[in-house]
Amino acid sequence: MPGAAYYLYKTPMDEVSKVRAGSELTPLHPNHVKVLRLQAAIFALPFAVAAFVLEVVGVLPTGAVIVPILALLAWLVVWMPIRRHYARGFQIAADRLRVVRGILFRSDTVVPFSRVQHIDVSRGPIERYYGLSTLVLHTAGTHNSSIILPGLGEQEALAMREAIREKIASAAQ
Amino acid sequence: MNEALLPADEPKRTDPRGFVVMALTAMLRGGLPAFAGLVGTGAIGMGLIVLLPAMAALLSISMGVAWLKWRHLTYTTGHDSIRVERGLLSRHARAVPYDRIQDVGLEQKLLPRLFGLAEVKFETGAGGKDELSLTYLSLEEADRLRELVKERKSLDVTPEVAPEGVVPDGSAAPVLFAMDNRRVMTFGLFEFSLVIFAVLLGAAQQFDFLLPFDPWNWERWAEFATSHRHDFDWLGATGRFGAVLAVVFGFLAVAGAGVLTGVARTFAREYGFTLERTAKGFRRRRGLFTRTDVVMPVHRVQALKIATGALRRRFGWHGLSFVSLAQDAKAANHAVVPFAQMDEIAPVVEAAGFELPDNGVAWHRASRRYRIDSVIRSIVAFGVPATAAAGIALLLSGGNAVSTSATAIGLALLGFVLAVRHWFVWRHTRHALDGPQLFVQHGWLAPRLDIASQVKIQSVEIVQGPIARHRGYAGIKFGLAGGTLEMHGVPLEEACGIRQAVIDSAAAVDFSALPR
Repeated sequence: MPGAAYYLYKTPMDEVSKVRAGSELTPLHPNHVKVLRLQAAIFALPFAVAAFVLEVVGVLPTGAVIVPILALLAWLVVWMPIRRHYARGFQIAADRLRVVRGILFRSDTVVPFSRVQHIDVSRGPIERYYGLSTLVLHTAGTHNSSIILPGLGEQEALAMREAIREKIASAAQ
Repeated sequence: MNEALLPADEPKRTDPRGFVVMALTAMLRGGLPAFAGLVGTGAIGMGLIVLLPAMAALLSISMGVAWLKWRHLTYTTGHDSIRVERGLLSRHARAVPYDRIQDVGLEQKLLPRLFGLAEVKFETGAGGKDELSLTYLSLEEADRLRELVKERKSLDVTPEVAPEGVVPDGSAAPVLFAMDNRRVMTFGLFEFSLVIFAVLLGAAQQFDFLLPFDPWNWERWAEFATSHRHDFDWLGATGRFGAVLAVVFGFLAVAGAGVLTGVARTFAREYGFTLERTAKGFRRRRGLFTRTDVVMPVHRVQALKIATGALRRRFGWHGLSFVSLAQDAKAANHAVVPFAQMDEIAPVVEAAGFELPDNGVAWHRASRRYRIDSVIRSIVAFGVPATAAAGIALLLSGGNAVSTSATAIGLALLGFVLAVRHWFVWRHTRHALDGPQLFVQHGWLAPRLDIASQVKIQSVEIVQGPIARHRGYAGIKFGLAGGTLEMHGVPLEEACGIRQAVIDSAAAVDFSALPR
């Protein structure tokens, strides 16, 4: 199976490199793909079970339900997370953070550190398993009151928080 | 002065008259519907023997509950915070530091006002729902608390330098804007409302069981009309002409009710409107039955919105409101000049530290591609279902065909109207970066102007859907404390430029260094 896995990783890269061409963004931690996959799998599980039950009941011709559903779920679990992962990225400068995400609907947010009210580093159970953290910057704005940057290594997230905190503290003097 | 303000540092209760007001309010709220229900179901026939003890029980229960609530609520004005403890079975204690209190608002509803009481609200910018409020305090105590919070706040915050011509609190502050009864009347005429019609219909439907006849029985009405035909003879109107006359009268009645409600509601809300510039900020007082008194510090004004209506615009009437974290009744923005000519609005804009756009402003419009795409989008969004409905109508026959074709025509018309609107609204939608400010103007028949200060922008997001990416334009969403500010269909490069400029000016000034 490593061949197949490699192929699955390989194909979308070309697709994604178009999006990222000339990009100055820092990519997220490679484990982020696994987190996204696991989340997608948890989302897909009830649908897979339902499709399986329909198949066993046998109301419709053999394979009429389970084949398209499983194909769709496989796409959702295997391929989509890779694209989503490569569509995300961040860029940290001396006085601001830029967070980019989205495949179809792109969002590109910049927040100056001077407008950050407080900073959270959160870790869900799945993230913790893969050694990842999510950095959340809170602003006073009604829109984008919290800017979420997932898929950072634990140490990286903590270091970023400390760096931003220090910048805020020194600016507030 | 400070001596007088220093509180005895022990827990206090709210004004004892407050519990009478609370009991009365609870009784009115619970008692009136109960009474109406008794009357409606005919239970009143049982006589006062049942009714009187029931009312007495209701009264004593609400008195009891109100008394317990009053007894178990205490507030303490400490050195650096105000603490409120309440609850009999489960105790709640909350401490709010004076630093965090942004506004102290007084509200006097009709009933407490008769007793000389006020509700005191402490706004902390927590989002409106979870704010601290004390019901009810005597007016003197409310004023004392307000002064106390102001004093305590200014102990650790450098006092705001009062601009020239501004007199400290207590003495007469300059009035920036006020509305006399004539102005309120004019305002009310433009606040024409059809809501009353819906309410009347709804009430008729809700309470029809109280009426001695069934209002929804059309046959009875027809019967009534036929039997009373001669009562209308004096009109000299017969047959078709009479019917037309009836419809015209009906419309006039509804329109009259709409105008009347508009005027009445506006009077209730805006009566005696006064906006003053005190040392601590803008002070607004208004209201006929519920008198409100709100102070908004100048630094808390994040952005301005100047709005108008399709009709009132023809007469030059505009309204100005402040965007801030604090909530104003149900609205997110504080109406500071609800109804005025632009030359009356200009001084208030200036007092808030903003500037109206002058002739030198370099306005930009959205991308032409965005205009075309929005027109196409509304045509497709309504054209496709309209075509589908038309196709189905061809397959059907009789009444179904007629109703389906009507749907198709309706959809097509709606799509056409939206497309035309998008085509014209593009011309009237524009934005500009001008010095330290940011202008966004939108709307065709009722244009609105948003004025924001670049340093008070919290974050900038550039969003692109699939079409926008393909066509090279983007939307910009600005993070504004207490409001929204957006631009649509801006060419991507220009959008990046705007973001760069705004973030550069915001990053240069730390949040804590913003004027506050």
